[in-house]
Amino acid sequence: MQPTFDYSAVDDILSLYGKKESNIIAILQDVQERYHYLPREVFPYLSGALGVSEARLYSVATFYENFSLEAKGRFVIRVCDGTACHVRKSIPILERLRKELGLSEANKTTADRGFTVETVSCLGACGLAPVITVNDQVYPAMTPDKASELITALRAQLAAESEGASA
Amino acid sequence: MEQRAFTTVDGIPVEINGEKNLLELIRKAGIKLPTFCYHSELSVYGACRMCMVETERGGLEAACSTPPKSGMVIKTNTERLRRYRKNILELLLANHCRDCTTCGNNGKCKLQDLAMRFNIEGVRFPNTAPQQQKDESSLCIARDSAKCILCGDCVRMCNEVQAVGAIDFAHRGSKMEISTAFCVPIAESPCVGCGQCAAVCPTGAIVVRDNANRVWRALDDRGVKVTAQIAPAVRVALGRELGLREGENSMGKIVAALHRMGFDEVYDTSTGADLTVLEESEELLAHLESGSDLPLFTSCCPAWVQFCEKTFPQLLPHVSTCRSPMEMFAAVIKEQEKTSSRTQFHVAVMPCTAKKFEAARDEFCVNGVPNVDAVITTQELIRMIKESGVVFEDLEPEALDMPFGVTSGAGVIFGVTGGVTEAVLRRLASDKSRGGLYASALTGVRGMKGVKEASVPYLDREVRIAIVSGLANADALVRKIIAGEAHYDFVEVMACPGGCVSGAGQPYSSSAAKAERGEGLYAVDRVSSVKRSEENSLVQALYGDVLKGRVHELLHVDYVKDGGHNA
Repeated sequence: MQPTFDYSAVDDILSLYGKKESNIIAILQDVQERYHYLPREVFPYLSGALGVSEARLYSVATFYENFSLEAKGRFVIRVCDGTACHVRKSIPILERLRKELGLSEANKTTADRGFTVETVSCLGACGLAPVITVNDQVYPAMTPDKASELITALRAQLAAESEGASA
Repeated sequence: MEQRAFTTVDGIPVEINGEKNLLELIRKAGIKLPTFCYHSELSVYGACRMCMVETERGGLEAACSTPPKSGMVIKTNTERLRRYRKNILELLLANHCRDCTTCGNNGKCKLQDLAMRFNIEGVRFPNTAPQQQKDESSLCIARDSAKCILCGDCVRMCNEVQAVGAIDFAHRGSKMEISTAFCVPIAESPCVGCGQCAAVCPTGAIVVRDNANRVWRALDDRGVKVTAQIAPAVRVALGRELGLREGENSMGKIVAALHRMGFDEVYDTSTGADLTVLEESEELLAHLESGSDLPLFTSCCPAWVQFCEKTFPQLLPHVSTCRSPMEMFAAVIKEQEKTSSRTQFHVAVMPCTAKKFEAARDEFCVNGVPNVDAVITTQELIRMIKESGVVFEDLEPEALDMPFGVTSGAGVIFGVTGGVTEAVLRRLASDKSRGGLYASALTGVRGMKGVKEASVPYLDREVRIAIVSGLANADALVRKIIAGEAHYDFVEVMACPGGCVSGAGQPYSSSAAKAERGEGLYAVDRVSSVKRSEENSLVQALYGDVLKGRVHELLHVDYVKDGGHNA
């Protein structure tokens, strides 16, 4: 059986913004920040609290590219593929990351939920091209080899975290 | 004196008389401006751009979302507008399934109609629509995204008028579609099967499920006895497509047509409605006496019952335990005929799509066999009559069959909002004179308004009544009642605005035509010799016969026990 979902975080967000239909986007953004995606369990709960149909919430959540309905990894790696990054060879970096992690365009998140690799159209840091971000940290002037090193470092961090959690 | 204001439409001055938008004004001027996404009862969306008009300076405005102004000069039919409209149609057709001949909406489709009107001769563009999906999970409606033009009429109907919110737009741009939350099948969504989305859908993207073939099969089988019951609202809505006037009572002709098509016996659901009146009046009196579970909500409307189950399960103890007239009558007919040597097949002709779901509910099955074997809507019956070749206009009216063909005027007015309440008031009124009938009619129960209130004296107290139609009105009223802001003893709810005459199984028509249908039912009532349900001799006889000791088993239902989770 699925463990019951803890709505206390959602309640905090709701009390911050007020139970108003006009605040749907802000509420969804905060929910996404908390869980790194929009868990399905949240929809009926928000629907009841805001008096908005689930279908309408789903409509908003699927309209904006920024919202994700799928669970993401501990590290969300975004590879910029805007024009500047693209001409400075962002695609080989993306390919290397996917190869290291066994991911593809369709399969964006590793099975252990450690990593998510996705592309963005422009991070607005063209002077640093090619750029990638890991969660919210920016890595400028990347190369495929630097990407491999980064993955090794992040894996070590992940291992340390899980040891810390089990200890 | 107030200055009169005019807008010039194609060179002719048209007086502005409270029209909300140019479109209404232009239509008043006798010009049929094309639209897909405009419905006067829904909010203005302005997406289809078919109603564009050209202003004096050559600007383009969508007539539906532009208020008329004094001195405005507009043209509705210029070379440029014709070209735009044709382009819009061509682009819509490019991504549209064009199997018109096999479409459920063939002949009633607005896209088909406008393509014909604007003489679209070819489509230059390839179909780039995303993967198409059909959803046939619901017993009431079927969805086919290949035929959707994204006008959003269904979304606004479901949200604004019905407050159900089962569907909405999902995704965006070229991937946009109409979807339930998380794309679950519509049967698993909050959908209550009212079918109003199908009624406003301009194409075949949402259609009412068709059960006519099952009826034909039963009619062809000699070993099967086929009986029918016809709901009140059907008789005033079916005629117009078959050569009669809107609102004209065609019951006699319907009976004749069904006889020709091979039905063994034809009855009138208003007989079942009389049973409902007697049972529901008793129930109301019991509630008034005990003072518990007030208000009592009616239970005739299956979409309302399902809305209650899905949205307000805590209210179920307040919903009448009476089965709907269709189910009461079906239980009686099946019980009476169960000793017959032939297999029974009972067909209900309904104005309603949700009845298809109601008929399949476990509560209304005996040993797994539903009491109503097939529900067909008014539209399906029209198609069956056309298919049979019977010339409806020329039919001589025939009478109902026996043993159940005795009706009352009180049962007939069930088909319009306020009718159930008026029938119950006639039953409860101590004044059984003709004056008493007028008094019941004048309490405020009549009219097509979405929310009506009445207060009638009964013994030493006032009985407070609310009558709502359209689920958004019901939703708002229920929330007030729960919040303790409104107090009633009896609440009649019909899911469709205006009651069953506006059911989604009826041919689509304007609100004025729906009101005419309602008037048609009151006209039937006026010429009925039996006006009150308790005066229906057949119904009285049933209590001494088939219903003896079995009233609860055959006429009532326990929606609460089910917990609102019937598939």
